[in-house]
Amino acid sequence: MAVNSSIKGDLRLTNITKSYGDFTAVNDLSLTIPEGSFFALLGPSGCGKTTTLRMVAGLEEPTQGTISLGNTDITYTKPYQRPINTVFQNYALFPHLTIFENIAFGLRRRGIKDVKEQVEKALDLVELSHLANRKPTQLSGGQQQRIALARAIVNRPALLLLDEPLGALDLKLRRQMQIELKWIQKEVGLTFVHVTHDQEEAMTMADTIAVMNEGEIEQLGSPADLYDNPKTAFVANFLGQSNLIKGTISGNDGDNHIVDLFGQKISLAKNRSHAVDNSIFAGIRPEKFRISRLATPTSGNILTGGKIEDVSYIGVSTQYQVLMPWGQELMVFEQNDDGVAPFSVGEDVNISWEAGFTFALRGDEDAEAGMEVEPEEILSDDE
Amino acid sequence: MSKSGISSPRTPYLLLLPGIGFLFTFFIWPIANLAQTSTQTPIAGGDTGEYEQSLRFANYLDAFLENKEQFGRSFLYAALATLAALAIAYPLAYAIAFKAGKFKNVLLVLVVAPFFTSFLLRTIAWKQILGEQGPVVPFLRDLHIISPSTTLTSSAFAVVAGMTYNFLPFMTLPLYASIDRIDPRTLEASGDLYANGITTFRKVTLPLSMPGVVAGTLLTFIPAAGDYVNAAILGSPQTKMIGNVIESRFFKIVDYPTAAALSFTLMAAILVLVTVYIRKAGTEELV
Repeated sequence: MAVNSSIKGDLRLTNITKSYGDFTAVNDLSLTIPEGSFFALLGPSGCGKTTTLRMVAGLEEPTQGTISLGNTDITYTKPYQRPINTVFQNYALFPHLTIFENIAFGLRRRGIKDVKEQVEKALDLVELSHLANRKPTQLSGGQQQRIALARAIVNRPALLLLDEPLGALDLKLRRQMQIELKWIQKEVGLTFVHVTHDQEEAMTMADTIAVMNEGEIEQLGSPADLYDNPKTAFVANFLGQSNLIKGTISGNDGDNHIVDLFGQKISLAKNRSHAVDNSIFAGIRPEKFRISRLATPTSGNILTGGKIEDVSYIGVSTQYQVLMPWGQELMVFEQNDDGVAPFSVGEDVNISWEAGFTFALRGDEDAEAGMEVEPEEILSDDE
Repeated sequence: MSKSGISSPRTPYLLLLPGIGFLFTFFIWPIANLAQTSTQTPIAGGDTGEYEQSLRFANYLDAFLENKEQFGRSFLYAALATLAALAIAYPLAYAIAFKAGKFKNVLLVLVVAPFFTSFLLRTIAWKQILGEQGPVVPFLRDLHIISPSTTLTSSAFAVVAGMTYNFLPFMTLPLYASIDRIDPRTLEASGDLYANGITTFRKVTLPLSMPGVVAGTLLTFIPAAGDYVNAAILGSPQTKMIGNVIESRFFKIVDYPTAAALSFTLMAAILVLVTVYIRKAGTEELV
């Protein structure tokens, strides 16, 4: 049976579990990816995101659950029968074929005789038409990456899977490719499912991100949702950085909770609390904080009694470590946009922020979840 | 600086010395001798085995015309053994490279294990295996694949089987080396791009393993074409190969010039065949 190109629609994973012996890589995962969206599966190494992608590609079979595309169940169809193409992590270009033949591979397998026009269009899209007759080994990592993309896109799959596609590129090229990938996705209008451990990459490109941890989805939403209002400590720490301060809900004031943080009262919007009882972690992103000298009046939520412990000047901003009376160090990022001389180590300061930026997590969470995650080791033999 | 850092430019040549010395003593010198012998003629009135240089190049033509049949047979048997070895070794090498998991090294040792016993001994063992008392003949007779009167020893089949067996590791190892280098993700990519298993093998696996196929077939074909042990032990006068002729000319008939001329003709023929083959296989394009 050849590939069935008529299958299309939303990708639906229903109660997918994948186990290897005792180890559960993906645990009862359900997910719907709407047609035409740019979707990212984000998580640390070993969180099950690549396994999920491989099950969608047909390279692994789920232990339980179903995968369907539109109204068609594709759980057990062979990879070559699915209208799904993958951009592999290290590209997996065919070393014995020219760039042209690499891109034509999928078209030829579907029995298309006249591939020239489509291949040239795909090469145009990735702006590498002049390399059509080269072999993959003669290309740089960034060029190979684009060819891998062209080789997949030329088939106009219902679903394009990208497995850490930019992992082997250097930072500058990665930034550039992020923008290009996003542009190409809009241009061709295909559904992209992108797997990455790089939160910046996911946030730059995806419309929707599913943050995965230990085989499960921690939270799903737009990049802004996830960043501004994380539901778990893992998401708060994995996606950017967070200050999590232990506290107790001590009262209510209209739509807000009054929260007691080591004796100081702050305000928290009720709809931004994911806590289940009065014990919470109050979360504030470091760039939301403002530092002021003791005499300067401040508004919004205020915490007093801080002392500057450390100052790092990094150009666009200055990063401070502020020691609070209860012994916790808070991270504060201040934009260098006000011409005010930076604070110096040892100064006594207050910290303030807009009350609406506060979020709250369950008080029984591990405040360091998602923090000590090692960046995924990138195996690269390019250059 | 020069002591601890970059060494003297003469070092590479010094390192080459042992190799060059060895090749000169055991290859170039004997070859030159052989070339010299190939155009000699018997000394008039001399004893058997006494020859003098008379630059008689017609020795070559005489030797070839006299042994055309054995030449043809050598190349035919060598080709058959090479094909048989390829058919056995390819799936074996593929399985070791892709499917063996932790048993990879054990299986590789097993491939090389026959080398721990002597080549001669192993060939003689085949005589037992294919003999009337061995397991093969009664089995095939029971299945009526061969008639009750057919024997397997002293036949072309036995010679080709012996050669296939003896040269199998030379086919398997280069094949394994080249299949093992194939990135399994390229095979996944092929499946992802609508190629089923057979197409993936034809379009990706086989082309990528061509360097191993070429190396393996050469390492099997070349020694097989010049082999005489298998034909001597497992064959009959009707299965004589050129190696057997050379051997008997040298050691039994003491006709050195003919033996030398045959050796050179064999070498030249193999060189021509191999050159054509490599050109056709186009392995230089593969990186």
